[in-house]
Amino acid sequence: MSTSPTTTDDPELPVRLEGGAVALGGRPVLRHVDLTVRTGDFLALMGANGSGKSTLVRALTGLLPLTAGRLRVFGHAPEELADRDRIGFVPQRSGAGSGVPASVWEVVASGRLTRRRLLRPLSRADRAAIHDALEVVGLAGRSRESISQLSGGQQQRVLIARALAGQPDLFFLDEPTAGVDLPNQVALAEALGRLKDRGATIVLVAHELGPLAPLVTRAVVMRDGRVAYDGAPLGDHEVHDATFGEPHAHHHHDHPSTTGHRGGHDHTPHVAAPLERG
Amino acid sequence: MELFTYEFMQRALIAALFTGLAAPAIGTYLVQRRMALMGDGIGHVAVTGVALGLLTGTSPTWTAVVVAILGAVAMELVRERGHTNGDVALALLFYGGLAGGVLLTGLGGQSAARLQEYLFGAITTISLGDILVTMVLAAVVVLCAVGLAPQLFAIAHDQEFARVAGLRVRAYNLLVAVLAAVTVTVAMRTVGLLLVSALMVVPVATAQQLSRTFRTTLAAAMVLGTAASVGGLTLSALVSGSATVAPGPAIVLLSLAGFLATWPVGAWLRHRARLRAPFVELDPADHLETDPHPHDHGPACGHVAVEHGDHVDYVHDGHRHAVHGRHYDEH
Repeated sequence: MSTSPTTTDDPELPVRLEGGAVALGGRPVLRHVDLTVRTGDFLALMGANGSGKSTLVRALTGLLPLTAGRLRVFGHAPEELADRDRIGFVPQRSGAGSGVPASVWEVVASGRLTRRRLLRPLSRADRAAIHDALEVVGLAGRSRESISQLSGGQQQRVLIARALAGQPDLFFLDEPTAGVDLPNQVALAEALGRLKDRGATIVLVAHELGPLAPLVTRAVVMRDGRVAYDGAPLGDHEVHDATFGEPHAHHHHDHPSTTGHRGGHDHTPHVAAPLERG
Repeated sequence: MELFTYEFMQRALIAALFTGLAAPAIGTYLVQRRMALMGDGIGHVAVTGVALGLLTGTSPTWTAVVVAILGAVAMELVRERGHTNGDVALALLFYGGLAGGVLLTGLGGQSAARLQEYLFGAITTISLGDILVTMVLAAVVVLCAVGLAPQLFAIAHDQEFARVAGLRVRAYNLLVAVLAAVTVTVAMRTVGLLLVSALMVVPVATAQQLSRTFRTTLAAAMVLGTAASVGGLTLSALVSGSATVAPGPAIVLLSLAGFLATWPVGAWLRHRARLRAPFVELDPADHLETDPHPHDHGPACGHVAVEHGDHVDYVHDGHRHAVHGRHYDEH
């Protein structure tokens, strides 16, 4: 992987981040992060709480500005990416709902905004995409219900359907399995499996993979704001093991930070900026 | 009904109609953002604007519009920063605006009665010029609130998602603040600056007792707001022969009565929804048959039927009974 700046940016390369750094409230959180996501990757961003994995995803979506480095999403800087409809973002499910009731259909329909013009009603294509998105997550029968009547795991699936309704090529999911019970995690994995079969590129933040594990084709482990491992998928127990299971695995990667890490567990208490949720 | 043939009454009815439509339309978004008191804050700030108009001899409506917009934008910027305590910032604006208004009115040598027209509304003294301004501004507010509903809904529901989707979140947030300020000044002559927030919030609170979608909440709130403002004005006019009833408070109290009437229904619906929420889709640990069960459960048996995975549990006396062959299981 070359880190030298390229003069032409491939408009088909989903993500290319070179030397990325992000500060939260003036404190450097991510430093020297290089990450390239290729079409068709199912990438799991892993790491302990406070390791910077959510911060990285929020930087890749353009929600957090880079303090250094260069980010290209489909060949453009995030703020000038005209075709926003190529990105689908599934944020962490917020605990509090909004003050006014909203139906499942309405929330999923807001995912079409990347493709709708101002002051135009929903077209037939919009409706078909919304319906299709609800089918994929298995909630087509509940589109008229208020979102507050659904369980946490079902609400998470609604957020995935909302991103899917925009028919993006690249999905960012921030902790989709956090606080979701096992049957709903399985349903979630089925929905993501269908996306993967359709050729979507998926980047998801996860503390533990659970039923998602068979889908993952590549793992990136963050530690203290830097990439500590980038390679073949890891089991949940290996992520927190400083050697990343290398005695058992036969793959060996020449990524600079995998060779540079020190052995032993890192038990140093992490000091995170107040806004960072890890 | 000769009352309605008077020109001042017709003007008042038009003002009530437009205010009743516009205030809940923008109020829905304020409630959705959990900023129900923002209208009240803007109303207090607008008092200073009115006093400024009275002091300088310009139209109080226009000075109120300008000051209210400045106040609303300031509140939005404070909220956006998020670091300072939003509550305290709001409180500072509330009291600064009200105190400034009363002080300026005194300096200008105006009587408190003149200010009171704006504080509690004076819909029957509204002039032809004011009515035109009210109609135009209210129409703009309604068009924006309804026409931009998909965008405004998405931003209020999930700001981060909206930003990633490429919406200009900040511009829309400022638009909501400006529209709220415009609404406050529109409603100033109808219900008054101190009661304007009620017309923005109470119809929404009433509407969401019964609705499950955002669209029906918005539409129902606008209908309820119009009914309350036209109804309140009519009521106060009808009893004007025997008692002095100010239209502003009548409108607000009628709106509150609507909330009180629907609240028990909403509470019952929520209670029922909680009882019928599906049980977790896990099979019970062991197979436990009920004691001999003389009662046959069914769709019409009167017991609450709750979804449980692929079957239904009937709930009675603290038990969950599921059909299993010819007997019932305890689930």
